[in-house]
Amino acid sequence: MSALPGLFVGSGGISRREFLASLSALGGLVLVAGLPGVIRAEGIEKYGADAMPHGWSDDPVTFLAIGEDGLVTIVVHRAEMGQGVRTGMALIIADELEADWSKVRVTQAPADEAKYGNQDTDGSRSTRHFFAPMRRCGAAARTMLEQAAAAQWGVPVSEVHADHHEVVHGKSGRRLGYGALAGAAGKLPVPPRDSLRLKEPAQFRYIGTGKTGLADGPDIAAGRARYGIDVRLEGMLYAVVARTPVLGGKVARFDAAEALAIPGVVRVLEIPSTAPPAKFQPLSGVAVVAGDTWTAMKARKALKIEWEDGAHGSYDSVAYRGELEQVARKPGTLLREEGNFGAAMAEATRKVEAEYYLPHIAHATMEPPAATARIVEGRCEVWAPTQAPQVTREDIAAQLGMEFDDVTVHVTLLGGGFGRKSKPDFAIEAAFLSQQLGGRPVKVTWTREDDLQHDYYHTVSMEHLEAGLDAQGRAVAWLHRSVAPTIVAIFAPDPKHQAPFEQGMGLVNLPFRIPNVRIENPEAAAHTRIGWFRSVSNVPHAFAVQSFAAELAAAAGRDHRDYLLELISPPRRIDPASLQDSWNYGESPQRYPVDTGRLRRVIETATREAGWGRELPRGRGLGLAAHYSFLSYTAAVIEVAVSGQGEVTIPRVDVAFDCGPQIDPDRIRSQLEGAVIMGVGLAMLGEITFKDGRVQQDNFHNYQVTRMAESPREIRLHLLPTDDWSVPLGGVGEPGLPPIAPALCNAIFAATGKRIRSLPIGAQLSGA
Amino acid sequence: MELTINGETLQVTAADDTPLLWALRDHLGMTGTKFGCGMGLCGACTVHVDGEAVRSCVTPISAATGKQIVTIEGVGATPAGKTLQEMWVALNVPQCGYCQPGQIMSAAALLRSNPKPSDADIDAAMQGNICRCGTYPRIRAAIHQGAEQLGEKS
Repeated sequence: MSALPGLFVGSGGISRREFLASLSALGGLVLVAGLPGVIRAEGIEKYGADAMPHGWSDDPVTFLAIGEDGLVTIVVHRAEMGQGVRTGMALIIADELEADWSKVRVTQAPADEAKYGNQDTDGSRSTRHFFAPMRRCGAAARTMLEQAAAAQWGVPVSEVHADHHEVVHGKSGRRLGYGALAGAAGKLPVPPRDSLRLKEPAQFRYIGTGKTGLADGPDIAAGRARYGIDVRLEGMLYAVVARTPVLGGKVARFDAAEALAIPGVVRVLEIPSTAPPAKFQPLSGVAVVAGDTWTAMKARKALKIEWEDGAHGSYDSVAYRGELEQVARKPGTLLREEGNFGAAMAEATRKVEAEYYLPHIAHATMEPPAATARIVEGRCEVWAPTQAPQVTREDIAAQLGMEFDDVTVHVTLLGGGFGRKSKPDFAIEAAFLSQQLGGRPVKVTWTREDDLQHDYYHTVSMEHLEAGLDAQGRAVAWLHRSVAPTIVAIFAPDPKHQAPFEQGMGLVNLPFRIPNVRIENPEAAAHTRIGWFRSVSNVPHAFAVQSFAAELAAAAGRDHRDYLLELISPPRRIDPASLQDSWNYGESPQRYPVDTGRLRRVIETATREAGWGRELPRGRGLGLAAHYSFLSYTAAVIEVAVSGQGEVTIPRVDVAFDCGPQIDPDRIRSQLEGAVIMGVGLAMLGEITFKDGRVQQDNFHNYQVTRMAESPREIRLHLLPTDDWSVPLGGVGEPGLPPIAPALCNAIFAATGKRIRSLPIGAQLSGA
Repeated sequence: MELTINGETLQVTAADDTPLLWALRDHLGMTGTKFGCGMGLCGACTVHVDGEAVRSCVTPISAATGKQIVTIEGVGATPAGKTLQEMWVALNVPQCGYCQPGQIMSAAALLRSNPKPSDADIDAAMQGNICRCGTYPRIRAAIHQGAEQLGEKS
């Protein structure tokens, strides 16, 4: 899968370690000239890719090869889950390489961060972190091809230039294709990083132009694309697992006699329980191994298992919601304070208070978790659709008691990720079972029921907001108490507060200019596995803040857009630290301040394009919401039509988006389209509930997601143009989602006068 | 048991109640047809049986013998299948792509019975196919364009 055909370009070059060593010898602060990846000496804060485990690599020998036939093979080290990274990373290299896209092939890197740099594909950061290193890869290889051609012709390298898969000598008109040059170029040293000549943006052939198709488009359409669940090995067995229905529960005893009597069943094995915290460890359970998946599924039903529930056996969503409400009504840990909220409220002309609830949500990737493993001569090989290749490899080594170097993790295509596949519990299960089966290849497939009942759920949250308005309706006081179990609960014993990375997702970094602000985080305990879900804490925070801003506008009798722009106030660049946001998506506060000018611009664009203020028939309404997340700015205007029976349809959505320079505009559009549809789904339909510690939903009939007919009929996207390539890149995969639920609920308010404060909307409008 | 798949007669040794989906995937190595729910709720496993779109996860092989089965691996041999596959590529429809074989199979069955579907026809025919990535607008556009192109050819 990762073998590179043909000849390697370059034979060595400076490894990153050597490069860093040479830099650290200089001491002090070292900047790499003209490149956005700043490397700092010890003791100085690191940001972006520099701050990630194993950082980055820009070694062309690692990332690309050119065959004698001219075919360019590009290695993509980030996981493809639909965001388009296999196209995006490849087109960046291809562009700087001045390659012909039709002669480019993409191959997937296995888990090996020491070689490739960080591979955790989450946080909407692949392009943000690897745009610059991938450009340098392409530029270095292009330079080597130019040097090889110049040497062959005996002319100065300054007289030649690469042009669409050939190197050209302008004076003589001579040309040589990349295939013909690959061998000689491969013997040259990789040029030093600071000598590289990067393209001017005007010269970009693929970056920002949308002239490439999808790297995997033809394979997907033909049914040839291979996902984790599609892996097949010689002599492979198939497993499904019955897992504890309650977090922290375990198998008390089980009887496998009936299951073992079913023809085709090979083994029944217990997966032992592990001590909390859950981390990515397999859940306690009983695995059935058979000759095919169907037999394993049938035999699982024949198992008789008694479970011991443990501490979370009484988790009940209705009761827990009540607890969250009570907690949210009392003061909690203070995260940010300006002015004096209490005093300002005492003098306010008008007081507004509201609580917003968001339930647990399941990722429900269309490909359920699945992985395949085998162990041959003490070496374990795993194939998995994982967003976290390195962690998968580390955790498998730990689980099996093997050396890290004796474990290989092949990263397959992911049939959806959304954060679920950052947690490799399913891959560890496969490795464990193979070990128990003497190394025999085995594939673990999760059924949809397994997936919905054993997810790492999006957190449940209660957001309590209070505001005071003055006589003119201006907000003079703002209180936000956010109560939600934290993701940290899967890693640490019983934490009760949101972590800085959760607080920094639209809670503390509220970009409104209000003189008296108080933001608090009361305690909440986790009773199930909480995990990253696309956009993470931005979803509940934006739902609350952007709904509440609309409620304040209504209370003040003002137009929502005008009021929101006034809350944001004049264009300015806010230091995240001044908002008590110490995280800032891991990026430098100087390079990435909160830019309210950009936030205003997406609001102005979305409302203008949507025809904000236009006359609508009865039962229709426009709703607006805007949110800054993952260093990008998004505003959505949703038009709804609500029938007399309370049925909601969405004729049109306008989204304005500013992520800085756009590398792959088509994939930006597709991510925004998908975010709108996922956002509509979580607002209208999606809810995971617990009773007696057990999830009550088990398949798509009772955990519903958006289908075609409920999707907005028209999604109009407005990407804010930028010619300024000095603007640092923002994220794309996630920032489209947070404004959708509040924009929809604000539109429903405009259409019906009914304010939705609890998701999903479900049947709340019927009879309205 | 004998199954006729994409015009080829193949032998499968599996229990009678084995769903066609698992016979295709585990026994015949045809993994283009996807598992999504096992209850006929998501459409990822859609194949054609005697020209009709069916959910192979709830169709036992015993009910499929003697019938013409077409999967994503073979649908490109039909004009509608081929055209739709081309449209899917041209419009960059997929995101993760996992549900797309099922989407294409449902769309191909639709165009076979209704060469010029309206938006409402598309909604009705495609309502059983979930795409969690949210590619519905492009699926709709690809079906319309595919229908148009097939109309011009005929």
